[in-house]
Amino acid sequence: MKPSPFIYHDPTSIEEALALLQHYSGDAKVLAGGQSLMPLLNFRLSAPTALVDINRIAALSYIQQEAGQLRIGALTRQRTLEFSALVREHLPLLYEATTLVGHLPIRTRGTIGGSLAHADPAAEYPAVATVMEAELVVQGPKSQRILRPEEFFLGYLTTALASDEVLVEVRFPIPPPTSGWAFVEFARRHGDFALVGIAALLDAEGEQCRRARLATAGVGPTPVRLRAAEQILEHEGLTEQSIEAAAVRAAELVEPQSDLHASTDFRRHLTQVLTRRALRQAKARSQERQG
Amino acid sequence: MSEQRQLRLVVNGEVRTGQVEPRKLLVDFLREDLGLTGTHVGCEHGICGACTILVNGEAARSCLMLAVQADGAELLTVEGLAREGRLHPLQDAFWEHHGLQCGFCTPGMLIAAYDLLQTNPTPTEEEIRAGLSAVLCRCTGYHGIVRAVQAAAECLRGGEE
Repeated sequence: MKPSPFIYHDPTSIEEALALLQHYSGDAKVLAGGQSLMPLLNFRLSAPTALVDINRIAALSYIQQEAGQLRIGALTRQRTLEFSALVREHLPLLYEATTLVGHLPIRTRGTIGGSLAHADPAAEYPAVATVMEAELVVQGPKSQRILRPEEFFLGYLTTALASDEVLVEVRFPIPPPTSGWAFVEFARRHGDFALVGIAALLDAEGEQCRRARLATAGVGPTPVRLRAAEQILEHEGLTEQSIEAAAVRAAELVEPQSDLHASTDFRRHLTQVLTRRALRQAKARSQERQG
Repeated sequence: MSEQRQLRLVVNGEVRTGQVEPRKLLVDFLREDLGLTGTHVGCEHGICGACTILVNGEAARSCLMLAVQADGAELLTVEGLAREGRLHPLQDAFWEHHGLQCGFCTPGMLIAAYDLLQTNPTPTEEEIRAGLSAVLCRCTGYHGIVRAVQAAAECLRGGEE
């Protein structure tokens, strides 16, 4: 199949892109890396009147360290994040998740903003943004707003972005240097969408856990923060028993759908197994960094 | 016909120009407009990897790019791997180690392997398998392909093949 005809625009500034989106009032799609939108166009599952290709807006591609955050331009390629020393040093969880996004040729084009705005519930980045409590900077024709992941992800492939808004930046708070992290997932084939993914971030000292954060991919229409499981770790510390209790609790907190790829029960089982693995790995990494 | 766009790009070291509808996929432009049929069209949705080419030095799916997006870019397709009548070490290794049978996935395999070796010149077998998971082969199987990439990696590092 080939895409049906569309009017093509490739603006070189964000202002121009926003004006175009306003002009088409909902009949235009933003084309970023194209690794999700292009298949939809090729299959004609999506046939917008116009495409606003933002790939020539150079100002949307950057990685900056500022105010205890890494601020990443929405058009920054996944491949760029994978090979960025700043990301590797300050956001090892984002790095680890990036290596699980599709394959290298997909990451060459795929962008962080595109993945978040597409909001596939099985994708890695929405879970990472959720667990890291990232700030999503959304630009509209008149004003800018900053959304928390819980405000941004509304449902299956659905975000709070209005038709005349563009996600322009993602701000990740840099975790304390002794924190531990893990992104683990289960996929049938390397590079496929995960059946279940778990992102874990621990701010720990020895077996004491100041803050635990857990988020899921693939077990609901949006990423799920596993707050009740996090609390077990914050109250009881990072012992084998509390990790097990948190994993059991995690599986109770999710409501996965049954589909062609996996049943509800299997996804719930995976949630428990992967939460345990993620927590053990995050704990080990935190201890390693504490020396 | 909808609007046509002019484009100018470098393919395998040569400046090429064309005129396309914006909806034309890059892989179709390469094959139909430039006559470079070495790049194959498989699934057309980014899964099979047969259409993988280098865009500004990095492997990407040419079925997930519009031709107009390549305006000003530098591309390398499988036709550009051989230099002065000599096969690229990867192509030699695929020949020697039975890295292909029907050949449909081969252009994608070669380009994906090329990108893998330029980002990681000393991959382990596991890393090669992970790297090549970007391209699907439905006949030869992967053992010969993995052996070919191992041999090519050694050759490119200047060792004995």
